[in-house]
Amino acid sequence: MRVRAGIIVAVLMAFGVACGSNDAERSRLDVMAASSLATAFEILESEFEAANPDIDVRVTSGSSSNLALQIENGAPADVFASADESTMTKVAGFLVPDYRVFATNELQIMVAPGNPKNIRSLADLQADDLIVITAQEGVPIRGYTDEVLTRAGVVANFRSFEANVGGIVTKITNGAADAGIVYRTDVIATGSRASGVDIPAEQNVVARHPIAVLTSSTRRDDAAAFVAFLQGLGRDTLRELGFGTP
Amino acid sequence: MKTSRSTRRVDDGAPWPVIVVATLTIVFFALPFIGLLGRTPWSDLFDVLGESRVRTALWLSIRTSVTSASASLLFGVPLAWVLARGRFPGRSAVRALCTMSMVLPPVVGGVALFFSFGRQGVFGRFLDDWFSFQFTFSVWGVILAQTFVAMPYLVLTVEAAIRQADARYEDAARSLGGSRWYVFRRITVPAIRPALVAGVVLAWARALGEFGATITFAGNFPGTTQTMSIATYLALDTDAREALVLSVVMIATSFAVLFGLRDRWMGAATGTTR
Repeated sequence: MRVRAGIIVAVLMAFGVACGSNDAERSRLDVMAASSLATAFEILESEFEAANPDIDVRVTSGSSSNLALQIENGAPADVFASADESTMTKVAGFLVPDYRVFATNELQIMVAPGNPKNIRSLADLQADDLIVITAQEGVPIRGYTDEVLTRAGVVANFRSFEANVGGIVTKITNGAADAGIVYRTDVIATGSRASGVDIPAEQNVVARHPIAVLTSSTRRDDAAAFVAFLQGLGRDTLRELGFGTP
Repeated sequence: MKTSRSTRRVDDGAPWPVIVVATLTIVFFALPFIGLLGRTPWSDLFDVLGESRVRTALWLSIRTSVTSASASLLFGVPLAWVLARGRFPGRSAVRALCTMSMVLPPVVGGVALFFSFGRQGVFGRFLDDWFSFQFTFSVWGVILAQTFVAMPYLVLTVEAAIRQADARYEDAARSLGGSRWYVFRRITVPAIRPALVAGVVLAWARALGEFGATITFAGNFPGTTQTMSIATYLALDTDAREALVLSVVMIATSFAVLFGLRDRWMGAATGTTR
């Protein structure tokens, strides 16, 4: 019994050490980013930290609607990047005026690599034997998806409403679902694990990703520096990842 | 020996520091529920419960959790018997394997199920090839995920009871010519009946509350895979009122279950430590 307790204590301590932080002298900057921006922000984070060695950026990602809820409930973050402007407007009272659109995006239909089900257009999503998924209401990609489907006059037969874009991407790249409308940058980020089908320009919408400093931030200079970085040096990276930069 | 000692004990109550800490602990457990109940929109409780979305989720949760609890009973009792009475090498390792899903973060269980039984999973691909069947996005995915996380509660409860039951009654019945099935039915089952009830109810409650493995593995669609727990979590982003009402329903259920079970569960728990 004593040996077993010893093992448990050792495991817990190892866990604690692994989680411990060793960079107490760097000031921390908490950034909340929509899950569609998570991959981009990981890259931008290390670029920004390389240029500002005294700042330690921590990125939290989730659906924009969930992050907005956390902000409304006093989450101690410094910067918020949402996938759409309407979510940003919802938390307007918590923003240092005003938010800026730092990147734009297009929508694509994400399908399995090589498009084995031969999906060519939005109209093809109506087929009964296809498993098409989207996100739940309130999540920006769902709003954009509904908009393009309405423009195309298509009623898709959705089989699941995931919590965020990440859920759609995971289920398609792992073959559980056949198709879903996501951001073009999501398709690019998955590399060879998925293919994208273009949506004609007259049916497509431009997704606008806004960013803002939060009023709850105690490090507003650092936060402003991060926002300025995305609109300056970070633009090349954003373009490489497939975003548009206004 | 034991009884004489307990009768000789001086009953002067618990020491005051213990009472202080225990009171703080009770407050710690009570506050979150008080906070939640304080924010609950009681006046439109029934309006929200009447919404078709909520009723659909409620009905799906009832159906799937009852099915999962039944599956846990059907498959869990033989496993519990083998773990309690079987003599084979590596029994502890087998027990650890079969009850691991109880302590794992449920979402890890969901990831494991997804990569094993998903349409392109290690085993799931054969289901798709041979029967055009896939667990993901179907009610069977929900049941599989719930059974996976809920069954260990039944197995551990029943195993403890079988260990505790006096095997000599079974031996006596066997020596008097009772068949193994007869002895199991007439001697073993009556002896462990409280644990069977407790195990089924605990497994059912766990299945009802299951969230992480379900959303990871089965997806989210009203009427098919959107259970109460998933609806609660997702409603928080869009309609907090709905999330609060759904939470109240589940809190009431959980409290009723645990309150109703208090003696049975405690009895089984003592059995494990013996």
